[in-house]
Order: sequence, then structure tokens, then C-alpha cells
Amino acid sequence: MKYHYQLAIFGLLCIFSFSLKAQSFQDVMERGKIRGNFQFESQYYQKDTDIGAEDVAEKILSNGYLNLNYTNGSFSAGVRYESYLNALLGYPTGYKGNGIMYRYASYDKDKLSLTVGNFYEQFGSGLILRTYEERGLGYDNALDGVRLKYNIYDGVRLTALTGKQRLFFDYGEGIVRGFDAEIYLNETFSAALKDSKARIIIGGSAVSKYQADESSRFVLPENVASFSGRASVTYGKFNVNGEYAYKYNDPSADNNFIYKNGEALLLQTSYSQKGFGLLFSAKRVDNMSFRSDRGEGQQNLLINYVPALTKQHTYNLLATLYPYATQLNGEVAFQGDLIYKFDKGSFLGGERGMDIQINYSTANNIDTTMLNDDNTKRQGYKSDFFSIGEVYYKDFNVQLSKRFSSKAKGDFSYANLVYNQDIIEGKPGNPKVYADVFIADVTYNLSMRNSLRGEAQVLLTEQDKGNWGTVLLEYTYAPHWFIAIQDQYNYGNEDKDKRTHYYNASVGYNNQGNRITLSYGRQKAGIFCVGGVCRVVPASSGLYLSVTSSF
Amino acid sequence: MTLLKHLTIALFSIFFSLSTYAQTDGLPGIPSVEIQKLDGTSFNTSEISNDGAPIIINFWATWCSPCKRELNNIAEMYEMWQEETNVKLIALSIDDSRNMAKVAPYVNGKGWEYEVYLDPNGDFKRAMGVNNVPHTFLLNGKGEVVYQHNSYSEGDEYSLYELVKKLSNGESIDGK
Repeated sequence: MKYHYQLAIFGLLCIFSFSLKAQSFQDVMERGKIRGNFQFESQYYQKDTDIGAEDVAEKILSNGYLNLNYTNGSFSAGVRYESYLNALLGYPTGYKGNGIMYRYASYDKDKLSLTVGNFYEQFGSGLILRTYEERGLGYDNALDGVRLKYNIYDGVRLTALTGKQRLFFDYGEGIVRGFDAEIYLNETFSAALKDSKARIIIGGSAVSKYQADESSRFVLPENVASFSGRASVTYGKFNVNGEYAYKYNDPSADNNFIYKNGEALLLQTSYSQKGFGLLFSAKRVDNMSFRSDRGEGQQNLLINYVPALTKQHTYNLLATLYPYATQLNGEVAFQGDLIYKFDKGSFLGGERGMDIQINYSTANNIDTTMLNDDNTKRQGYKSDFFSIGEVYYKDFNVQLSKRFSSKAKGDFSYANLVYNQDIIEGKPGNPKVYADVFIADVTYNLSMRNSLRGEAQVLLTEQDKGNWGTVLLEYTYAPHWFIAIQDQYNYGNEDKDKRTHYYNASVGYNNQGNRITLSYGRQKAGIFCVGGVCRVVPASSGLYLSVTSSF
Repeated sequence: MTLLKHLTIALFSIFFSLSTYAQTDGLPGIPSVEIQKLDGTSFNTSEISNDGAPIIINFWATWCSPCKRELNNIAEMYEMWQEETNVKLIALSIDDSRNMAKVAPYVNGKGWEYEVYLDPNGDFKRAMGVNNVPHTFLLNGKGEVVYQHNSYSEGDEYSLYELVKKLSNGESIDGK
């Protein structure tokens, strides 16, 4: 047997060397490129009872990873080594130890693309399949298997894949297989549509998962299929797009093992021209949690991605106190977004012009009527498509951007929000939070290289922990240095002992693709923008070091 | 040697032999990845070009305030930059399906003249080794990456433009 393999290798090497007749081995190797990135984060923890930070037994926790990608012509391969010794607080606790859970080889030529190993993929908006990574949060549901993409005809792209999903340093039990087709009609029917002002894309996907039924209580479907169809029409300055997804019965821990089918609808329409942009979106989600292991929870093994339709906040008080997350079991959401540029010289624009952005979004539960059929059909509930249930979240935002002089400019925001703590945070009985937020963000350029930026934010509410205020001061010396201090203070808490300060000081240096940041203090979870970079961060306290590099 | 190792060597050999016939499409500094244009149609990064003039590739997101500050600051000078050096700035939005629809209204609302593309699942971001946004790459006339920068501080755009002017004058940066 051994001889056969050796013969095969020899044979392949012969083919290889014959094919190199035209070019030398060195030429080929020189065309190869290595790219990668590296991140290391480490934190020294202090016990911090004020913010509920317990003592950390290891004292120092660190995460690190290195991504290496090699490309040479049509071939590419890569690997990622990750290390959690142990993982930083706020990271999913399943990350323990070191290892390689991401490696792939892929071949891309003309109309064909083939990948084996780990890959990330999204079908349409991701309503039935999206594998992606968000390293700052420790989100990684990569598929390990095989993926084929084929551009079968002008404007027609097909994708087929199969694999198992990653779960920390292991794989989920379920097998996922999917197929997607997307047709760009203007390219496919180029003769008929070449003079058309409309650009039309249609697509459809099918995803199914298999997981053995080991339940003694229920007869569970081992193969669960979901389908989706999408279309996008761009006509001049208008765009309308939508996607509808349907999932067959998928009893799981998320939906309390009911046999109801699931569906999701996402509709968006926008108009944009120079100086003006308008967007309306609507979404309805009903029982769309789709995992490759029906018993899992939290962020584990999700096959699909249903986006929240609310504004993604980055200012401290909005991003860390009452952020909204999609409710997979049921949600009806609407969002409107307007952006307008007042011209220079106009009444509101003034000498240098002004920009305004208005956003309004709402998220409600779907209407549900319980069927009380737990011992019979187990459909759980029925829901009227066009009705809505209780409020989950409402958010109204106005932001004005204005440049005052060649040295000074500012962004001023107002937000009004309604937040259903009971449902979103799982705290039954807690009242809805009604809050008003005022933010001023001003930048002053002391010179071409030196600048100072200050933020003052205040959140006013009579519920939950009362009022908060945040002050941030950031000094940058372009292009390499920054230093910043921030304090998020719960000054309005009824309980004087709980008026916590989330103070934080950071300093950083960056050069080319490398960056090192040292920060000390406390941080709430959310999107943290400081020192010119935005990162998604979990809650933390202590001395924090981060080194990132891209090469 | 195990069967797996044999097969791996065999696969690598096949890939290498096939790739010797492959044309290295596109600029050397940019891996070939499928991204999207603002209207949702597919676009391959190997088609990025600027006829030998410098290219800036900037990764940003609608939720990233420093990114927006940087691109809005450059927008005030972009026309002048283009007249002087022919530089092209490609603004690569990494917004996912939550915010992707906001990119076109935002870009047009602000009146940006950049070439804007979408990378909703992070494929190009991953291939270019980007950790966080904003991340800027500068490519010379031959399409090689000669400079990159992560983060944005007020005034960074002036340092970037100094490098763009050097490239436009035929000088080399980073020995390339």
C-alpha cells in the first residue's frame, strides 16, 4: 500500500515539474504573498465590587490570535492560531486553551472557487445562513467543510456548501448543508436589459441541518430545512429590496420545543442623491432561531443572522447602557433614516454648511395568541402577521454636524429611547426605561498635528439606575500618539452608595499597521471608540494591554 | 507518512501546478475577493485599478465615528488631491446586513466622491488582515501596498497626502 502512495506522489511531482517548464520554481514562489494580522490582549484584574467585578483567580487573563494567509495566483491557504489562557472576562467561557480552529485551502480561477476547511459565508442578508466572526466579542460560527462557488453563466452565481459549525475548540453536532443561487438579471439578459435604467438582482437559497434525535420525550425532526428568496431593484436613485425566509418545524431550547414553522421578512427601500439620503426598513421575525444543535443557547452554533433594525450606537451612554439585541423568537421592527446636507450659505447651513441625521426605529413583539397545546400539537402560539405586540424598544435620534471654523467642529445629538428591560435583559417585572440623552462631541485642532476632542453626554431617566453622565477628553498627536481619559458616572442613582464612576484612562501608539494601547480603569460592555479606533468590547476592569498588527 | 500527509502533499502539488498557469489578475497588493457595489451587484477586487496612479483603500463602517471623521475630513480636500496626484480613494464599508442599507444614503447624503464598495461578511477585510476600523492602505502605481495605518487622529490625512504626493512624483516609499 505504501508503494502506491509513494508512486502517486512521484507521479504528481513529475506533473508538477513538467508544468514548471515555462517558469522557474523561484518565479512561482516569488509570486506568493503572505498577509496576516495579529492581536494580543491581556488584562490584569482588580477585584472591583462597585461594578460587580469579582476577584479573578488567575489575576491576568489574555487572548491572542495570529492569522496567516498565503496567496499565490489562484491558490490560497491560511491558518489561525488562537490562545485563551484564560479568556478575558466577558468573553464566552467556552474559550479555553490554545489551538488552531481555522485553516483552509482555496482555489479560485475564472468562474470556479473551491474552498476546503473553515470558511465564512452569507446567503443574501443572512436570514437563513450567515457564518461570520466578530473577534472582539468572541463570535465565531465558521463552517468546517467544503464550499463550491460557480459562476455558471453571465450574472448567475451558484454556491453550494456543507460542513459542521465551530463551537469554541470543538464542533457542533449538526451537519449544515446549503445552496444559493443569485442572478443579476441585467448581466444575464444583457441584450434585453442593456438600455434599462433598472438594475435587478434576484436570489434564492436553501439550507438544511441534520441532527440525530436522541430525545425520549419528543419525536424531533432530524432534518430541518429552511428556504429564502430575495430581490433587489435599483432604479436611478431609488432602491427597493427584500428577503423572505421560511423555516420548517425546528423544536429547540430557544422556542421551548414547539413544532411551529418559522418565518422572517426584511424589506428596505431607499432614495439617495447628492446631499440627501432617505431609508425605510421593516422587519418581521417569527420563530427564526436556527442552530446546528437544537439544545444550544446564547450565541452558540447559530446558523443564521437576523439583524437588529435599530441604530447602532457608538457614543458611550447609548452603546453601553440600553443597547438593543434582536429577539429571534419574535419581533416586528421599523426604521426610518434621513440624512441631509444644508448647503454652505443657506440659512441653516451658515458659512460652512451643516449636516443633519434623523433616525427613528421601533421594535415590538409579534402578536401572539397562546394555543395551550403543549400536550397535543405543540404549535405553541399563532400570530397575526399584521398585528404587533408589546413594545421592546423605541429610539429617536437627531444628530447635527457642524464645522465652526477651520479649527473647530462638532457633532450634537439628542436621543429619546424606550427600553423594555423585562424582555431584553430577561428581568421580569422591571419597568420599561424611558430615557433622554444629550451629547456634545467637539473637536479642536490646536495645530496640524495636535488636536483635542471632548465629549459630554448625559442620560436622563427616572427608571432603573437613574441619570448617567459621561465626559471624555482625547488628545492626539498625529500620526502616532493618543491619550484619553473618560468617566462614566451614575450620578443620578437613588442609592448614593451605587453612584459608580466608570473611569478609564488610555494611551496608545501606532505606526504603520501596528498599534499598542494601554488602558487602566473600568469599562462597560458595548462599542468603545477611543484613540481613533472602534472596537466591540466586553465589560472589564483593571490594567489592559492590547497589541494589534497587520502585515 | 500517513495517508493524510500524502494527500496533502498531492493536493498542494496540484494546486501549485495549476497556479503556474494562472494569470495573477489584478494588482499585486490586493487579493482577489468578491465584494459588492452599492447596488448589490458583485465586484471582484482584482478589478481595482487606477491606471498607475496611487490608490488609497480605506476600511470604514457607518457605526465607526473616527472612520466617518476621517472620510469627511478628506472629502473636503479630495477634489484637490485628485487634481494634483490622480489618487483614487476606495471606501470599503464593512457594515453587515444590519447597517448595509444605510451606506448609500449616508455616502450620497454627505456628498462623497469616493468609489464605495460593500464587504458585508468581512471577506476582503479578512483577506487584507484588518483587525479594526478605520484601516487605511496606500498602494503605489504598481499596485503594491507601501503603507498602512490603523486608527485615525485629526491630521493623519496630511501625513497620508504627503506620501501620496511622493508616489505621484515617482518617489518610492518603503523601498518599493
